[in-house]
Amino acid sequence: MSSILFWIFAALTLGFGAATLLNRNPVASALCLVVSLLGLSALFFGLEAYFIAVIQILVYAGAVMVLFLFIIMLLDIKAQERRPLSLPVLLGGAAVIGFFVSQILLVLRCFPAGKEPFPALAVDAAHPLLDARNIGITLFSAYNLPFQVIGVLILVASIGVVVLSKRELK
Amino acid sequence: MNAILHDLIDPQSILFLIWTTLAKSAGILCVVLGMVSYTVYAERRVSSLIQDRLGPNRTGFPLGLFGNLFGIKWRDWSPILGGLGQPIADALKLLLKEEFTPAFVKKLYFWIAPGLGIGAAIIALAVIPFGSKIWGVDMVIANVDIGPLFIFAISSLGVYGIVLAGWSSNSKYPFFGAVRSTSQLISYELALGLSVVPLFLIIGKLNLVEIVNYQVQNGWMLLPGLTAGKPPTLQQALLWVPTLLAFITFTVAMFAETNRLPFDLPEAETELVGGYHTEYSSLKFALFFLGEYTAMITGSAFIVTLFLGGWHCPFIPDGSAFSVGGVLFGLINIAVFFTKVFGVLLFFIAIRWTLPRFRYDQLMKLGWIWMFEVALINIFLTAFILAFVR
Repeated sequence: MSSILFWIFAALTLGFGAATLLNRNPVASALCLVVSLLGLSALFFGLEAYFIAVIQILVYAGAVMVLFLFIIMLLDIKAQERRPLSLPVLLGGAAVIGFFVSQILLVLRCFPAGKEPFPALAVDAAHPLLDARNIGITLFSAYNLPFQVIGVLILVASIGVVVLSKRELK
Repeated sequence: MNAILHDLIDPQSILFLIWTTLAKSAGILCVVLGMVSYTVYAERRVSSLIQDRLGPNRTGFPLGLFGNLFGIKWRDWSPILGGLGQPIADALKLLLKEEFTPAFVKKLYFWIAPGLGIGAAIIALAVIPFGSKIWGVDMVIANVDIGPLFIFAISSLGVYGIVLAGWSSNSKYPFFGAVRSTSQLISYELALGLSVVPLFLIIGKLNLVEIVNYQVQNGWMLLPGLTAGKPPTLQQALLWVPTLLAFITFTVAMFAETNRLPFDLPEAETELVGGYHTEYSSLKFALFFLGEYTAMITGSAFIVTLFLGGWHCPFIPDGSAFSVGGVLFGLINIAVFFTKVFGVLLFFIAIRWTLPRFRYDQLMKLGWIWMFEVALINIFLTAFILAFVR
């Protein structure tokens, strides 16, 4: 991936991610998150991970965020009032940020492989990178049991939602 | 200078890739937008045919001097060709109307919304192979390995246009339209995605170019015996059943996704005035209109690519040969593709003027209780046939 595109999309992702937090209007916030997710998916495209990139759009930007927006509009959530800043809140926030940044720096220091460029994948016309197929094979062979367990978990959750939402009707 | 000229015709160079891609994109955009306006015309003429009216049959092309020069009188031809100028007149009317933005709307979102709808519909066209090859260049804008998923993903973004239009209009009927549309799109997206999984099980590829090539060799998915030039095996014959089921569920879901009758509740005129675009006028309304019909064309092209063999027509070779004949056959393949797309569009139109609108609860019931389950069972059926019948 050309590094210019990387920087553009990285800036887009982070900028709109920050805008998601800073916006007071919930609809604007949700839309900023959508753009941020699209930027992230563009980064995946740049890494030639097409499958993950498209699933990112399909699931998060296309389905989850539409539902978010739907709920926000349906409940008519108003923009948040501006509150006066207080010193303890600022200090607490700064402490949390400092903690996480130092943690990331420590991890990067102890992980020398993180500083080296990743070896390029051997992809040519004879060995195309079929990431959808590879992900499928990995999921159903190496991670078969966890995959099935997650399937059952999601089924339980969806049945639970039906039971909870139907209770009031009786 | 010579190096640049050499790059322009060297298939390996970046410059060659860029200019061919730009040329293909421009060509597709022109063809599809032209097709949109004449689909609207076809819709009006077919509807009038069904309802025993005449429809738009007057606005012709003024031949003026040319007519006098060659002795052609437009009036002799107008009963047959009349009305062909109607789309151009319509476009001009929409362009020249007053651009009115109500005072109570949320301006930024109100202005973004029309672009989102049409953008999604047009971008999805990028991965559809609209021809075979011309002089060694693939007739597809982006040959990616995840074509169908890309189309699903991009068209799922189209709903933002509708949601934002309804919400930012700040009035009740557009809002109802947007809410209906969102729940309809989300419900039918599941059936839409699941219904084509059997095809990918059979073909084993997610690349739309490869899917068309498979159909060239083994017959179209929907008519396997007729188009392959050889009798189908037992497995192929049995697989025709799940393919037909997939075709039906996919087409019905596509009708719902493109907001076409019998599923056009988001813009049901009798209940919602105009639906989500009630407050829009002039060019912004035209963009919604354009987006809707472009989505219809994208959907038809998708159906043609998956089920009807794409650009393939029996007895016509593809355009892979490096000769004048090869180029000619390549062009014929493109024409075949767009003819098929137009055929599916006519089917869309005929359905619109044949079936009445569904009630909202019927729509949801059909989506969740019938379509979803049929698509799910169909996957198991296909897997069963593939595993146990040789």
